[in-house]
Amino acid sequence: MKASNALWAERLTGKLPESLAREIDAFEIEIELRKQGKVEERVFAETRLRRGAYGQRCDNGQRHNGKNVQQITYPSGSLTKGPNTMWDAPGMQRIKIPAGGLNAEQLETLAELAEEYSDGIAHITTRQDFQLHYVQIDDAPSIMRRLAAANITTREACGNSVRNVTSCPYSGVCPDETFDVTPYARALSKFLLGHPDCQNFGRKFKPSFSGCSQHACGLASLHDLGLIAATRNENGKEVRGFEMYVGGGLGAVPYHAKLFDSFVPVEELFPLAQAIARVFARLGEKKNRSRARIKFLIQDLGIEKFKEIVLEERKTLPFDPRWTEYIKDAEQFAEAPLKPGGELPLIAPVGFERWRKSNTRAQKQAGYVVVTVTLPLGDITANQLRSLADIVRRFTKETVRTTVEQNFVIRWVSLNDLPELYKALEAVGLGDPGAGAIVDIVACPGTDTCKLGISSSRGLAAELRKRLDEKSVEIDESVEKLHIKISGCFNSCGHHHVADLGFYGVSRKIAGYAVPHFQVVLGGEWEHNGGSYGLAVVAIPSKHIPEVVERLTAKYVANRTKGETFKDFVTRIGKVELKAALEDLARPPADPTDRTLFSDWGDPREYTLGDMGTGECAGEVVSAVEFELAAAEREVFEAEVAFEKGAAQQAGATAYRAMLDGAKALVKLANPNITDDPDRIVAEFRALYYDTQKFWDPFAGGKFANYLFDAHAKSNQPYTSDASRYLIDEAQLFIDAAHSCYNRLGTSVSV
Amino acid sequence: MELQHINVKLIARNPGDVDFDRLIPVFHEWIAGQIFPGLLLDIADYRHVHAGPGVILIGHEGDYSVDNTDGSLGVRYNRKAVLAGSNQDRLKQAARAALSAFERLEAESRLEGELRFNGQEIEVFVNDRLLAPNSEATRTAAEPEFRAFFERLFRSREFALSHNSEPRRLFGASAKSVHPFSVAQLLANLDS
Repeated sequence: MKASNALWAERLTGKLPESLAREIDAFEIEIELRKQGKVEERVFAETRLRRGAYGQRCDNGQRHNGKNVQQITYPSGSLTKGPNTMWDAPGMQRIKIPAGGLNAEQLETLAELAEEYSDGIAHITTRQDFQLHYVQIDDAPSIMRRLAAANITTREACGNSVRNVTSCPYSGVCPDETFDVTPYARALSKFLLGHPDCQNFGRKFKPSFSGCSQHACGLASLHDLGLIAATRNENGKEVRGFEMYVGGGLGAVPYHAKLFDSFVPVEELFPLAQAIARVFARLGEKKNRSRARIKFLIQDLGIEKFKEIVLEERKTLPFDPRWTEYIKDAEQFAEAPLKPGGELPLIAPVGFERWRKSNTRAQKQAGYVVVTVTLPLGDITANQLRSLADIVRRFTKETVRTTVEQNFVIRWVSLNDLPELYKALEAVGLGDPGAGAIVDIVACPGTDTCKLGISSSRGLAAELRKRLDEKSVEIDESVEKLHIKISGCFNSCGHHHVADLGFYGVSRKIAGYAVPHFQVVLGGEWEHNGGSYGLAVVAIPSKHIPEVVERLTAKYVANRTKGETFKDFVTRIGKVELKAALEDLARPPADPTDRTLFSDWGDPREYTLGDMGTGECAGEVVSAVEFELAAAEREVFEAEVAFEKGAAQQAGATAYRAMLDGAKALVKLANPNITDDPDRIVAEFRALYYDTQKFWDPFAGGKFANYLFDAHAKSNQPYTSDASRYLIDEAQLFIDAAHSCYNRLGTSVSV
Repeated sequence: MELQHINVKLIARNPGDVDFDRLIPVFHEWIAGQIFPGLLLDIADYRHVHAGPGVILIGHEGDYSVDNTDGSLGVRYNRKAVLAGSNQDRLKQAARAALSAFERLEAESRLEGELRFNGQEIEVFVNDRLLAPNSEATRTAAEPEFRAFFERLFRSREFALSHNSEPRRLFGASAKSVHPFSVAQLLANLDS
């Protein structure tokens, strides 16, 4: 804990926006009350989450050192900041940046905080937020005060709340946009922050704005509330509004947002958002967290019924002047350049041309470009943040934004200045080329710091980046623009569903040992606001993933037709063939003494649990269960193939069968005579694994078992296209969970 | 003035030779063995960042790192927890922690002698801008403390002390001794 914490409170008294100051004071009191045992740990956990103070890996006071579990005894003893979360354990502080917009002073503030309270690094997330890691909860109020002094809040950055409102970072300068959505995104963010109608959600709620429908920048289709700029002509006058989508989301099972209305006039944007929030708070699931996002409510009600309820709710809302009072300003909102537009100078530094091609794009305003500052793994040092502040002051009116691809963009750079700006970036290690290219890999924190991480997404991303960088000049042009996105688990924080090459972490057993793997996800599309979602094809050991990238890209280069996108290539070639091309990589190493696969990228600890066994008897049982789980996984793949052929009924039925067979594999451990009767399998699975919580995921609880129970309950109903699509994802996650469950059981096969 | 959250960084002799792949298992072993006073918790790997914090062994009371800030490789200790005693006590604690870490790394067979102290350059920072803003006033107030500390450490007044006056940077000082020292000598000087 910092010696200066009390001093910061004094120093900044009267210098913060009043509402934020009150919030932070209240949080500080909550901290004291929790220390005195006067606030229950679960209540305190949600309190801190709603202020962006998140847990981090190993915060339960245990760490596996590769051989055994070490207990960590902190100075504060058994005091916790949430269930099973030790008070002194370092945590993560998330910082909201609405629409990703920052100024130079804010960059400098973030630099100071990264240095003084974290590990010297600020990390940009896939929601345009910042995260600081290894932060002490006792320091959080000082961090929040210093942020508030720079007009930044952490309020509702986590927890069951309205998360950061994201927006296309090119809004206002993009030649293809309908209009600049920035002021609307900022205004909605302000309106919903702390709004009483947004305080009783069962889960989080993520809004986003996009200036057009064809690019990916706003990712409307994967948001709870996705808004795309639209106009219409009314009596000869162009009127602004939004195409409104609801109920999208990635997560374990991704959902495409449904069209709520093709044109919502700006005057109706806030009241409708408020009405949606009220309906979500009132009707959304609260107990079962795995079905508490608004996408499930909309799926259950149907979009038409949901819309009807929302419109009824809208009628009941008391008028709020904030609904419209921002609109005049929003219509007149325009960023200004620091310097006049110009032309590119003829003389440029070495490396400039390659960087210019990948990292700049023309603005709709002649003579200006937007520059992308690529950050490896979304990380930037405190010194680089200060340098970036200097650069944006020198060349622009501090028009800088974060992106969902974990980079910065600097807007309004005069072409005249471009070589000088490149030199300034290059001098501080921010001049890497490859923005939006295959080397610009997106990765969530994964096992580095996230409690939910299964495999090392950042370790893999760093390795792929290094390899792709080394041969960047040889990379085929068609491959150059592919997107790689990596999540450490099924939760999709790395956006793996909308990548050309997506990966998410799972664990599998090889020779009786847990081995970090990644599911290879193909068929996703980044463009068109995340136009389509990929599906898992095969699980491959982490250490073989670079070879997966090598093979798939080589196959694409060799076999693509002219102009064919990777997604279209995957569809044409088919996943059966692509899976076959990778299957040897999934096999155990030929040399049984080769331990390469048994640790993850960047982490030499053996990826095993201390209770893993090697006994002969257990080995035989392992083989039988694994064999059957592998068969169930094949069935999921068959379902996927059927789905792609348009056979929704067959796909749904096969996915359901895969879950039953996966469950049966586990049930067999206790009852070798289990029959194929679905009712019997489900009943025994429930008794043996669900009621005993043996199948429960350490963090997701009974979520995956519920997939089976839901599928079984609905197994007599016909499968629509949407239903079979969701069921395939659920079946894959159920099988992944079955593997994990079996790993956890270790040698103890008596259930 | 009270100096807390002191960082000490010992500059390495041969920065280009260090293979971080070999360093990470060493840090994991240090965590497993809990070899220093205070809790050792985790490893943060920032090798991919230009002139960044390198690889950090995260602790509860303080972090140890092979740090490459400003493109200058060295072994750094960052004291996070508040420490009682005088400013000299706190400077000594941070220096001892950095020197002890460097001594182990120099002796670590897996690093094959890649990481060596350059014998002369040591940086000190105060990682708290409110206690020690990077200003002339702080410099005036803290310089006697720094001089006394380095005189003890180098057993002489033959060193140059410089400051980075960029007000946004952490307040600190760089000392360069005229005579080279080994890590063991400096540890002995601290303790005598």
